[in-house]
Amino acid sequence: MIPDSGDAPVWSVVAPMFLHFALLSLMAIGGGVVMVAPEMQRYVVDSHHWITAEQFSAAFALAQAAPGPNFLYITLVGWEVAGWAGAAAATLAILGPPTLLSVAMVRASANRAPGPLARAIGKGLVPISVGLVFATGWILLRGSGSWDFRGATLALLAAAIVFRTKVNPIWLIAAGAAVGVAGFV
Amino acid sequence: MTLFLAFSEMALSGFGGVLPFAYRHLVERRRWLTPEDFTKLLAASQVMPGPTICNLSVMFGYRSAGIGGSAMALGGMIALPTAIVLGLGVAWHEFGALPPVHRALTGMSAVVAGLVLATAMKMSRAVPRHAVPVSLSVVAFLGVGLMRFPLFAVIAFVGPIGILLAWREHW
Repeated sequence: MIPDSGDAPVWSVVAPMFLHFALLSLMAIGGGVVMVAPEMQRYVVDSHHWITAEQFSAAFALAQAAPGPNFLYITLVGWEVAGWAGAAAATLAILGPPTLLSVAMVRASANRAPGPLARAIGKGLVPISVGLVFATGWILLRGSGSWDFRGATLALLAAAIVFRTKVNPIWLIAAGAAVGVAGFV
Repeated sequence: MTLFLAFSEMALSGFGGVLPFAYRHLVERRRWLTPEDFTKLLAASQVMPGPTICNLSVMFGYRSAGIGGSAMALGGMIALPTAIVLGLGVAWHEFGALPPVHRALTGMSAVVAGLVLATAMKMSRAVPRHAVPVSLSVVAFLGVGLMRFPLFAVIAFVGPIGILLAWREHW
């Protein structure tokens, strides 16, 4: 799909994408929006073939290279799928429902401690979110355009460095770009 | 407007995660929140679905200045970063086909996949080394990552099991 193709059929893409992403925004509990990336990729790449897995991984990487909240990869995926309308729809979908809920929550309960049920929900969902963030890393690597020994080595090296040291991830992303330009992956 | 500018500043300093910068600005520099208040606010934003940092902005903004405050804080958090990301998107579309740009993006994609795996490793410290929670993580990873089942189906399957076992204090 070419951004800004500009005619009516775009809406037949934007409307279902908006609904799907809005539903997904409500499933991103306990791990932020990174954990819904595999489902988003399945939807726009595998089910609808709107973009390729490589475009999805690149959109995610570009958003990470810029400052700001993590959800911006979703804006970029929307843009890649359906141009400006897609970007606007994807952003509204991922922010809208959570924002309304957050406002409702602040209004309802100033600073109440969570009850036992809320705690059980939190505790029960944390391990699932962790599994989903692992899944995100996995599908991004598979789609990265270097799904081979070299790509995997680069990814694991980056993971080990950021896990062990306090280096700012932006430098690792820059190093990844340099390694790519040099033709090593 | 102060809120808008403060949240813009946080957002723009946040390469690879805004949360540490939110803490630095709200607690250490501007002293709008005590560390305890920040922790409570963060916990509340994490319980809510959606982007944690945006929920935090909305809640903080609302408490400071009602609906208008929410709009200003969230607007500050997203306006400039969105413009930057879309600028990158446009540039990508213009130049993405050039071989060096394409290869750079391939390298960046592999590194970013690694960064996400590191985040998952850090998050997994919060998961007790116990058969039940570890199996929940593994099933979620296999179902969504390898088998590529829809997220809705996997959550509908493991979500209630996790909540029920957590409720019964199985770990």
